Amino acid sequence: MKHYARTAVLGFATASLLASVAFAQQRVVKYNADYDPIPLAGMEAIIADFEAANPDIDIQLTNFDHEGYKTAIRNFLSADAPDLANWYAGNRMAPFVNAGQFTDVTDVWDENGLNEALASSAPSMTMDGKKWGVPYTYYQWGIYYNRDAYKAAGVELPGDDGVTWDQFVENCKKFSEAGIDCITTGTKALWPAAGIFDYLDLRTNGYDFHMELTSGKIPWTDDRVKAVFAEWAKIQPYITKNHAAIDWQDAAALMVQGKAAHYIMGNFAVGNFKEGGMTDENLGFMVFPEITPGIPRAEEAPTDTIHIPAGAKNVEDAKKFLAFVTSPEAQTKYNAAVNQLPTNKNAQVGDDPFLQAGFKMLSTADGGIAQFFDRDAPAEMAKVGMEGFQQFMVQPDQLDNILERLEKARQRIYK
Amino acid sequence: MTGSSTAAMPVASAPKRSYWRRNQRRLAPWLFLAPGVIMFLIYVIWPIANSIWLSFYDWDGLGQKTWLGLANYAELLDDENFYISLKNNVIWLVLFMLAVPIGLFIAIFLNQTVTGIRIYKSLFFFPFVISQVVVGLIFSWFYAPNFGLLYKLVEWATGTGIAFLAEPNYVTYALVVAGLWPQIAYCMILYLTGLNNISPDQIEAARLDGAKGWRMLWYVVIPQLRPATFIAIVVTVIGALRSFDIVSIMTDGGPFGSSRVLSFYMYEQALSEYGYRMGYGAAIAVILFLIMMVFISGFIWKMVKDEREG
Repeated sequence: MKHYARTAVLGFATASLLASVAFAQQRVVKYNADYDPIPLAGMEAIIADFEAANPDIDIQLTNFDHEGYKTAIRNFLSADAPDLANWYAGNRMAPFVNAGQFTDVTDVWDENGLNEALASSAPSMTMDGKKWGVPYTYYQWGIYYNRDAYKAAGVELPGDDGVTWDQFVENCKKFSEAGIDCITTGTKALWPAAGIFDYLDLRTNGYDFHMELTSGKIPWTDDRVKAVFAEWAKIQPYITKNHAAIDWQDAAALMVQGKAAHYIMGNFAVGNFKEGGMTDENLGFMVFPEITPGIPRAEEAPTDTIHIPAGAKNVEDAKKFLAFVTSPEAQTKYNAAVNQLPTNKNAQVGDDPFLQAGFKMLSTADGGIAQFFDRDAPAEMAKVGMEGFQQFMVQPDQLDNILERLEKARQRIYK
Repeated sequence: MTGSSTAAMPVASAPKRSYWRRNQRRLAPWLFLAPGVIMFLIYVIWPIANSIWLSFYDWDGLGQKTWLGLANYAELLDDENFYISLKNNVIWLVLFMLAVPIGLFIAIFLNQTVTGIRIYKSLFFFPFVISQVVVGLIFSWFYAPNFGLLYKLVEWATGTGIAFLAEPNYVTYALVVAGLWPQIAYCMILYLTGLNNISPDQIEAARLDGAKGWRMLWYVVIPQLRPATFIAIVVTVIGALRSFDIVSIMTDGGPFGSSRVLSFYMYEQALSEYGYRMGYGAAIAVILFLIMMVFISGFIWKMVKDEREG
C-alpha cells in the first residue's frame, strides 16, 4: 500500500514535470539591470513589445538598486550569469572584457546593420576589434542655467550660441557680487567634479589630448594639464563653497531656488530642475564656451549599454533582444519615455527642448564624443583623479601636490 | 567461574584496552572543544590566513592573480592616503575614549530613584538601539550646509555657517561626535548595571568615615566598577577601530579622502565601485589586524592575569 502510494506520487511528479516541459515552449532570457523607476517603466514597455513579437521568448528582468548593481555584477557574472546585463561603454567595460566575462556580439552588429545605424557609439563599444555589447541610450552634458538668477544679478542672458569664456568668467564676478553662486555642484559622490574637469580639458586641449590623458599616455604634471587647472582657477572662487558635503541633487535645489546660476551637469538633471519647479521658461541650456580658439568642439555624452555575459545560457535569444532594443522603433519609444537620446540614428528624438538642444549640439560636435572621466579612465585612476578635482575646488593652492599624486597613481595604474 | 573470570580479566583485556579507553581523559576535553575549535578555524583563522596570503598578490577579483611579494606593503608605506587613514584612526581611538567617562557620568546621574527614571534611562539608551546608519543620517542632516541645525546655529552666532563635513580639517572630529553619541549610551548602560552591583555596605562604611563627593566616587565607587570599566574600554577601542558605517554613510571618506579610516580605506580599495584591488585591500586589512592585535593581546593578557590573581 505504502509502496503503491509512493509510486503514485512519483508518477504524478513525473507527469507534472512532463507537463511543465510541454508548457515551457517559452524560452527564458534572464536580464539583470539597474534601472531607476522611470527607465524601468520604459524598458518594461520595450520588453513587452519584444515578447509580443516573439511569443516563444520570456524575458525575466531582475532589477537591482543602481549603486548596488555595480558591486553585484562582479558576483553574478561569475557565479550565476544571466543572459543579459546592463553596463557602461568605454574603459568601464574593459575589466569584464579582459577577464572574458562578456560575449563577443560583433555578429549582432553586422547582421542588423548596426555598424552604420549606431556609428557614433561604435568606437566606445569596440575592444580588440570586436563589439562587446550594444548601446541603448545616451545623454548630453552641458551648462544648465537659471534665467531668473541672471535677472536677479542684472546679467545679460546668453544668446543662442552661449557666451564666450571671458564673458562667462566676467558674469561670474557679477553673480558673486549679487550673492549668487555662479556655478553650483555637489561633489559628495565625486563624479560631478569630473564633468567640470572634462569640459575644461576638452575646451583647452581638445578631444585627442583628453583621450590620451585618460588612457594614461600623458603625465599629469604636463603643462597642458596645468593649463586646464589655470582656467579652472578662474571660476573656482565662484563655485558653491560647500560642494564637497552635498549631493548633486542638493546642488540642483540651489539652482532651482536661484541661489546658484549655472550647473555643469548631464541632461538627467532636467527632471530634478523641473520637479523643483523650474520650467522651460526659466531653465536654460548652453554649450560649454570655447576656451582655446579653433579647437574642434568635443562633447561629453555617456552611453549606457547591454551586454551578454560569457556564462549566458540562452545566447541566441539574448542576441535577438539586443537587435530589438537597438532598432529605430524601440529606440524612439524607449528614449522618448526616459527623456534621453536614441543611439540609433534612424530613431526619432523626443520633443523636449533640452533633448533637442542636446541632439543638435552632439550632432554638430566635430571634435568627438567623450564618455565621461570615470568611463574613459580606468576605475582606479578615475577615483584618484576625481578626488584631486574635488580637492582643487576646495584647496586650489594644493595644485602641485594634487598633480604629483595623480602622476604617481598614473605610473602605477597604467603599467 | 566468577573468580576465574575476574582473575583472567586484567590479563586478557590489558593489551585489548582500546586507544579510547587509555586516553579518554586526555581526549575528552578536545572532543568537547571540537565544535567550537572547528568553527573558529573555518570562520576566523582560515579567513585571516587567506587575507594575509592575498595581500602578497595583485588581483582584481576576476582575472589572474599575480604574485607581488611585499610590493603591496611597500606601496602602503608610500601612500599618503594610508597615513591619513592611520591618523584618523588615532583620532577616533583617542576621542572615542571620551565615551567611557561621559557614560559613567550619565550613569551616575541616572542612578537614582525618581518617578519615571526608567523612561529617562530608556531615552538615554535610545541612540544605541537605533542603527549606526540612522545615526549617520541624522548627523548628516545636523551638519548639512544651508539647512542643517548646527550649520544654522553657527551661521546665527558667527555670520558664516561652517559645513563641517566639507572641511578637511574638521570632518573627522565631526564624525567622531556622531560616533560618540551611541557609544556613550553603550558605556552608560554598562555602568548602570555595574552600579546596581555596588555593595551598599561599603558606601555606608565610607560615609561613616566621612567620604563624599569626588572622594567617594574615586576611592569607593570607581574601584568597584572595575569590571564595567574594563568592558567599556574594550568595546570602545573595538568600536573606534571598526568605525566604518558612520564614515561610509556621512562622507564616503570625503572630502577628497580626508575622513577615511583604515577599515573604510580597505573597503574602498578592495570592494567599492572604483576599487577592486583585492591584494592592496588585504594588505590594509592585515595592518588593521596587527593594530587590533596589540589591543586584543593586551586585553587577553590582563584577563589572564586577573584570573590567576583571583
